[in-house]
Amino acid sequence: MALEAAAPGGGIGRVKTTRVVSSHVSVPKRIVEIWRSRQLIVNLVSTEIRVKYKNSFLGLVWSLLSPAMTLTVFAIVFGVALKNGYPDFVILLFSGLLAWNLFQTAVLSATGAIVNNAGLVKKVSFPREILALASVGSASVFFFFQACVMVIFLAVLHFRPAFALLWLIPVAMVPLLVFCSAMAIFLAAVNVYLRDVQHLIEVVVGSAWFWACPIVYSFAHIVSPKLSAHHIVWIYFLNPMTPIVMTFERVLYAKTGLVPLTTGAHTPVLLLPPWGPLTYVELDAAVLGASLLFLYLAMLVFGRLAGNFAEEL
Amino acid sequence: MATVAVDVQGVSKRFRLYHQKYTSLKERVIHTGRTPYTDLWALRDINLEVNEGDTVGILGRNGSGKSTLLKCVCGVLQPTEGQVVVRGKLAGLLELGAGFQPDLTGRQNIYLNGSLLGLSKNEIDRVFDDIVAFAELDQFIDNQVKFYSSGMYVRLGFAVAVNVDPDILVIDEVLAVGDERFQRKCLDRVKQFQDQGRTIIFVSQSPDQVRSVADKVVVLSDGHMVANGGPGEAVRIFREHLNEAGDVLAADQATEEVAPGAAPAPVRVVETTDRLHPIRITEVLPVHPGTGERPYLITGEPLTVTLRYTAAEPTTTASFVVDISDDDGLVLMHTTSSDLDVHLAIAAGTGSVSFRYESFPFLDGLYTVSVGIEGRGGGQLYDWKEGAATVEVMNPTRSVGVVALPVAVTLDQETAVGTWTPVSGASVAVEVER
Repeated sequence: MALEAAAPGGGIGRVKTTRVVSSHVSVPKRIVEIWRSRQLIVNLVSTEIRVKYKNSFLGLVWSLLSPAMTLTVFAIVFGVALKNGYPDFVILLFSGLLAWNLFQTAVLSATGAIVNNAGLVKKVSFPREILALASVGSASVFFFFQACVMVIFLAVLHFRPAFALLWLIPVAMVPLLVFCSAMAIFLAAVNVYLRDVQHLIEVVVGSAWFWACPIVYSFAHIVSPKLSAHHIVWIYFLNPMTPIVMTFERVLYAKTGLVPLTTGAHTPVLLLPPWGPLTYVELDAAVLGASLLFLYLAMLVFGRLAGNFAEEL
Repeated sequence: MATVAVDVQGVSKRFRLYHQKYTSLKERVIHTGRTPYTDLWALRDINLEVNEGDTVGILGRNGSGKSTLLKCVCGVLQPTEGQVVVRGKLAGLLELGAGFQPDLTGRQNIYLNGSLLGLSKNEIDRVFDDIVAFAELDQFIDNQVKFYSSGMYVRLGFAVAVNVDPDILVIDEVLAVGDERFQRKCLDRVKQFQDQGRTIIFVSQSPDQVRSVADKVVVLSDGHMVANGGPGEAVRIFREHLNEAGDVLAADQATEEVAPGAAPAPVRVVETTDRLHPIRITEVLPVHPGTGERPYLITGEPLTVTLRYTAAEPTTTASFVVDISDDDGLVLMHTTSSDLDVHLAIAAGTGSVSFRYESFPFLDGLYTVSVGIEGRGGGQLYDWKEGAATVEVMNPTRSVGVVALPVAVTLDQETAVGTWTPVSGASVAVEVER
């Protein structure tokens, strides 16, 4: 019996962490808890991806196939039917979509994350933010697959992105992920109390917000001339997704300067704004600052609401 | 001084019961500020310190707040007031297999569930084989969990929870899973945890289970903590609360109120004698060594039942009867003075007859004393008082069951063969105290 007590992992004498269960746990303490549970995020993400393609014949191939097919459809639609004259428009479109899809997938799935995992929330204790963050995590994995498809497309079309500016991608990714996390945490919590949020978000993020970003159209060509006439370009930049999308487009599409349209004899137009890389860095930094503040507020709201999740569900 | 593993500090939990739940925006707007609800306090100001290495059982009726308290300790619910400080890694078994993902295999679910309980991948790798062995699922571990039988499902759930090496194990009535053999295995593991000095908090409906496992017992009633102490005393209080609940249902019969801490009030009988009933019982007094100090008798103490009577005329044929029966009405002992060859010559007037039981051997519970007077030979019944008095018994031992038989344990060892050398001729006699 003495052997038992001395056995490794006997529960005695190791360093023990203290945890407080209370209706008021400060944001830094909760961040520490989330960090301790990071393994759970990884497992939830891998679960979601595994389950998603579990019983399909092609399995994980779908995660590459599905964006590739979407992109092909876009290429056909905008290349044949709805010609806007932008050269290699499909690349411009896809570079914006890359960033946008991460945001949309993360936010839409995170909104229902708590509600859809009611069984877990009611019976197991873990930082609930994890569920929202796992949505961002799996969206990031799908982002990675889409990026692979993007690379394949660039290679197939012999398109040269701005290799010298590739470092701008991580610069845009950081505010993108922080902003997604903030939205995810906020919406996941609010949706528990107000289930309308789910439907509202599908409309807002799914369409309105999408068209507010320069993805299917060019900022420099369409938006900038009209808004600058009234000196209200800044309004367009209240949308945190705008600088991020534009950074992606700058790096991947890379057609700066005047570009001749393919539709005919019109004068060449500006598709990307004539900015240096520093302007993008500044804009992304501003988004990052705002997103961090929003993330903190979202955590505050989440903390206030999280205490009653198990009862509300 | 022992360190505190779980410190429940003034915890209250309020549930808001909405008569109609408005979760959509439209309904919220329509019913702004006048959503009807009633407050239900599931827990009221609970203070509880659980020392490291303690095994604490929580007893209570349905709806007394047991599960709510556990959920607050686990962190599934946050208390409305107060806080719970938990020192060390806590594994909660509020529901076995919660968080299993049906589409994943057993193997994948072990990793998922392990990380839900706060384990890193390396830590799960180390205990993975133990989990599979404990759950006895070697051949099925790579099957999807949705094809598991319910027994396999809970076995896997329990196996993960007890193998994650927690400092504190919190169990909510989940020990009643699987077949009997697996239940024993679970209980063995719980005992092993106790031996290793880990802290266990568990909820049970079964006082017997609590008595045999717990060192300390907490009794909850309507969200209040009504007992916190040794199993014997706490189980007695639990039974008392159970009986009170029963009394509410049978309010007509429960005419006398038993004041806490006092002896049960004797039954006063106002009936007078008549031709058919020349002798009647006026009062029944159960007396034990603790009478006046505590409302209960401790198993093994003597009990004296005194019957006061009034007789209209002298008689030599009256035989006094005392029945002792248990909760369910089963008569445990029926005895009469004439059966004991005691022939009483009763003079007219009043007096008393006492039955002295040298040792009251029953374990905890509420026992009923019914008394009567019959003619010798059993021909006439002069008087009968069904349920004239009750005797509450507290069992201070760990034994469970019905009766405390005097028992001793002895160990005799022969000289063993082989390399192991015992102390030669060792003989240990252990007297088990009741």
